[in-house]
Amino acid sequence: MRKIIEPCGLHCIKVNHLGVTMGEQVILEDINLHIHCGTLTAIIGKNGAGKSTLIKAMLDDIPHEGNIEFKDREDGKIQKLRIGYVPQSMNIEKNTPISVYDMIASYQSNFPVFFRKKRKLYEEIKESLKVFEADYLIDKQVCNLSGGELQRVLLSMAIMDEPNLLLLDEPVSGIDQNGMELFYKTIDYLKKHFDLATLLISHDLDYVAKYADKVILLDQKILKQGSVKEVYQSKEFREVFGQEVTV
Amino acid sequence: MTEFFTAWWQYGFMRNAFLAVMIITPLFGLLGTMIVNRKMAFFSDALGHSALTGIAVGVVLGVTDTNLSMVVFAVIFALLLNKISSKSTASTDTIISVFSSCSVAVGLAILSKGGNFSKYSSLLVGDILSITRREIVYLIVIFAVTLIFWAVAFNKLNAVSMHRTLARSRHIPAALLENLFAVLIALIVMLSIKWVGILIINALLILPAASSRNLAVNMREYHFFSILFSMFSGILGLIISYFTNVATGPMIIIVASVIYFVTFAYQKAMHGN
Repeated sequence: MRKIIEPCGLHCIKVNHLGVTMGEQVILEDINLHIHCGTLTAIIGKNGAGKSTLIKAMLDDIPHEGNIEFKDREDGKIQKLRIGYVPQSMNIEKNTPISVYDMIASYQSNFPVFFRKKRKLYEEIKESLKVFEADYLIDKQVCNLSGGELQRVLLSMAIMDEPNLLLLDEPVSGIDQNGMELFYKTIDYLKKHFDLATLLISHDLDYVAKYADKVILLDQKILKQGSVKEVYQSKEFREVFGQEVTV
Repeated sequence: MTEFFTAWWQYGFMRNAFLAVMIITPLFGLLGTMIVNRKMAFFSDALGHSALTGIAVGVVLGVTDTNLSMVVFAVIFALLLNKISSKSTASTDTIISVFSSCSVAVGLAILSKGGNFSKYSSLLVGDILSITRREIVYLIVIFAVTLIFWAVAFNKLNAVSMHRTLARSRHIPAALLENLFAVLIALIVMLSIKWVGILIINALLILPAASSRNLAVNMREYHFFSILFSMFSGILGLIISYFTNVATGPMIIIVASVIYFVTFAYQKAMHGN
């Protein structure tokens, strides 16, 4: 992905009236978001608040109402939105013979990975892994990576197609405190050096307070949104989390 | 020794059986890799059992060629299982087990009516020596279809298996691929069930891939070893069964099992996990 000095701040992504209903149950209703490139927006909320559903809906994986727009603020032209997605973990069991190359190539290319390694693709993947200092992992088995290593590999894959929006599901397991710090530092680096907007689902209120530009408190609908301070000191926040986090 | 082999080769049925093994085993080795990765062992087992029901349905409907009703039933059964396990919240294993037991019971009940089941019991262990030229042609066709599917869709199917939402975010048609894969397994299992046998067909799908996982570290090795082990077990099993006068299917599985245990021990010794 092309590195830039500073994000232009002129692109914006709008989520309009997004809603998800499964059977009789309303999971999300009337979600409106406005995200700019060069910013990190964190979504917080309790378990079952619909955070993962929101990501699935934005990726068009589940049926939903509403739409997503991607606009250039200067001329108002609507462009096609490319979304890079970083899941929490992969569905790869221990002892599975899938290398990092195999995994990324399966998503990036149609050239059958079981046949042979494609030189050009191999170099491209390696280049992209380098951004997160993960190029030495390319021939390792995915199931043997540590939580932090897997996150870096998944991030590399997510930015390969030069996305305008990066959707991140924060890892909850397999990462130690140092790994978490590194994860957030990497996101911060991405935000500052690449032209993209980042939307992060987070479970760690302290890290959100430290790194996010904007926070969205979610529970079926948006309870509160704004700067870290605005959200963390609101009564909605206290009602959900029951305490105040010092900002 | 050479005399032994030339004698063996002189029988037409042996040559046909050899050809069939050379087509079926690499196919099973290939498909097995994905079946094991996707944890579909139970699914393919249920499909094998559904052959009985398919034949029973054919008998009830008065179809002259029960092979046809068997294939049609298996394809419907596979799609149904896929649909239910993607919709339901109960564990996939349980659902498959319920449907599989139910369909086997119905099949057995119908086929055993009037004490006629012995007519169908050869289906249980299979008889590769009775395969005809025409049936080999069917196998060649399905072999070609599988190779094309594998070359075109393998990456995408692999992507769906590793993370469905991530695959969807890249516009990969997950449900379509899963259904096509299920149909392909159904077709192959049905076309080879007469030669391999209901009781052991799943072992032939799972064992080579499982053995390969003990050695392989990437997809290329995984496929290579799986196909190699599958073909080796098939050919050696066929030869041994000829000389020992044992049914071929079980002999192939015995060889494949031995390979599994050897690779398992090797992996333990090398990596200790």
